Amino acid sequence: MSAAAPGTSKAAHSDVAPKKKKGPGALATAYLVIYNVVMTAGWLVIAVGLVRAYLARGSYHGLYYSIEKPLNVCPLCHIPGIVPSSVVLTGFQVMSRVFLTWAVTHSVREVQSEDSVLLFVTAWTVTEIIRYSFYTFSLLNHLPYLIKWARYTFFIVLYPMGVTGELLTIYAALPYVQKTGLYSVTLPNKYNFSFDYYTFLILIMISYIPLFPQLYFHMIRQRKKVLGHVEDYSKVE
Amino acid sequence: MWHVEILDAKTKDKLCFLDKVRTFFFSSFIYNKFYVDVNPQWYPARQSIRLDPKGKSLKDEDVLQHLPVGTTATFYFRDLGAQISWVTVFLTEYTGPLVIYLMFYFRVPFIYAPKYDFTTSKHWVVHLACMCHSFHYVKRLLETLFVHRFSHGTMPLRNIFKNCTYYWGFAAWMAYYINHPLYTPPIYGEQQIRLALIIFLFCQIGNFSIHIALRNLRPPGSKTRKIPYPTKNPFTWIFLLVSCPNYTYELGSWLGFTVMTQCLPVAFFTLVGFIQMTVWAKGKHRSYLKEFRDYPPLRSPILPFIL
Repeated sequence: MSAAAPGTSKAAHSDVAPKKKKGPGALATAYLVIYNVVMTAGWLVIAVGLVRAYLARGSYHGLYYSIEKPLNVCPLCHIPGIVPSSVVLTGFQVMSRVFLTWAVTHSVREVQSEDSVLLFVTAWTVTEIIRYSFYTFSLLNHLPYLIKWARYTFFIVLYPMGVTGELLTIYAALPYVQKTGLYSVTLPNKYNFSFDYYTFLILIMISYIPLFPQLYFHMIRQRKKVLGHVEDYSKVE
Repeated sequence: MWHVEILDAKTKDKLCFLDKVRTFFFSSFIYNKFYVDVNPQWYPARQSIRLDPKGKSLKDEDVLQHLPVGTTATFYFRDLGAQISWVTVFLTEYTGPLVIYLMFYFRVPFIYAPKYDFTTSKHWVVHLACMCHSFHYVKRLLETLFVHRFSHGTMPLRNIFKNCTYYWGFAAWMAYYINHPLYTPPIYGEQQIRLALIIFLFCQIGNFSIHIALRNLRPPGSKTRKIPYPTKNPFTWIFLLVSCPNYTYELGSWLGFTVMTQCLPVAFFTLVGFIQMTVWAKGKHRSYLKEFRDYPPLRSPILPFIL
């Protein structure tokens, strides 16, 4: 039974506005700022790499190869990151990024020259540069409205763009996965276990149907909340 | 005599005002009044009324006089959502695996290639596994009906969907491989199967002994909580070292089943179950420690000395 405050007083508990909680200490802030700057820089490297390669070649075909290494590393660096967003949503996004880069694009050579790869890489790059700049500036308590606006507006186009690129890439990988039996285990074997990567990829594609609208509308709601107000919030979501 | 007002825990709106409540009444009086006067949709099992908006619920048997309140008492209400009885949930979630496994065992059509429909496996371990699995769930169903005494009658409705997905899903996944025409029996053959069976049966008896011991701690219809101690039954002597030996034995049973079938999905199921039971055991252990100052210090939550 609760031995808390006697029930006679009206709710004496202070109404703590969730956004005014005590911020991280100085050391933690320094670490987070450095982390976010590094992440911004990482994605900038990819962006610059893409632009330079495009200018050099004159076409956007095969640009994947010029940024293959940083592209595979950047999403992995999201994993130890601490960002002021919902753990579930962020965790989900990180997993899907790592999956797309390692388990699909890197693993299936044949899709690396697909245009769909470029589509999602571009969407991710722009999104992440803005997002990590947003976190960096927020931590320094000096957030230009432009960055905030960009973070909560660009996604309207970038998100569907990225998802389209991801789905097309997975779809392109399917025939090769089926032909080679990549990452698949068949019966009989002594562990009495089987796994069909081809079916797994199809299930992943289907899962976009319930998941994407949820994430998308969550961002739209966030947009209304954040951009609809005059005050500046230092931490959102 | 008291005045009682009940506010919504989130919005702090005044939901109910009760005049002249006698101090020797039980909290259940408030729950029923609330149900009748405020909103018939909020049946008592669904209500959580507490002294503090974020505190623990008042129990039905709490006497109002013993609560730390003045002459006008303020309580806070939270709607727990639609509730369903434990018994219903248990019966549903355990009947599923029983039936589903048998469907795979008898190789009902549309599971395996048509030429295998209604055939039986040539490996005797597959028949043994079916008997063990079925026995396990029949035991659970009987325990639900005749042994367990629940302190809390209900749980949120959405739990039935969550739990059934877990039990039924895993049962189907395991059964598919064990009863598959291309099933590979254990590497070490007879020895492995015999050892696994002994472990399985030992732990089933152990698990049952613990359930009986726990039931005997609590007289019928009551919700008392006591420290469980070893009884004359040797299977309960594990209480010396462990707070929740029912989970320990359950882990042992499934380890036995894993070794018996040598099937990776069974190992996964055992692992996931172990993680969940460890969480529960640690919680139970913690509440034992909080409630009883003389709680035996040698005990661990689920694995002797380890966890």
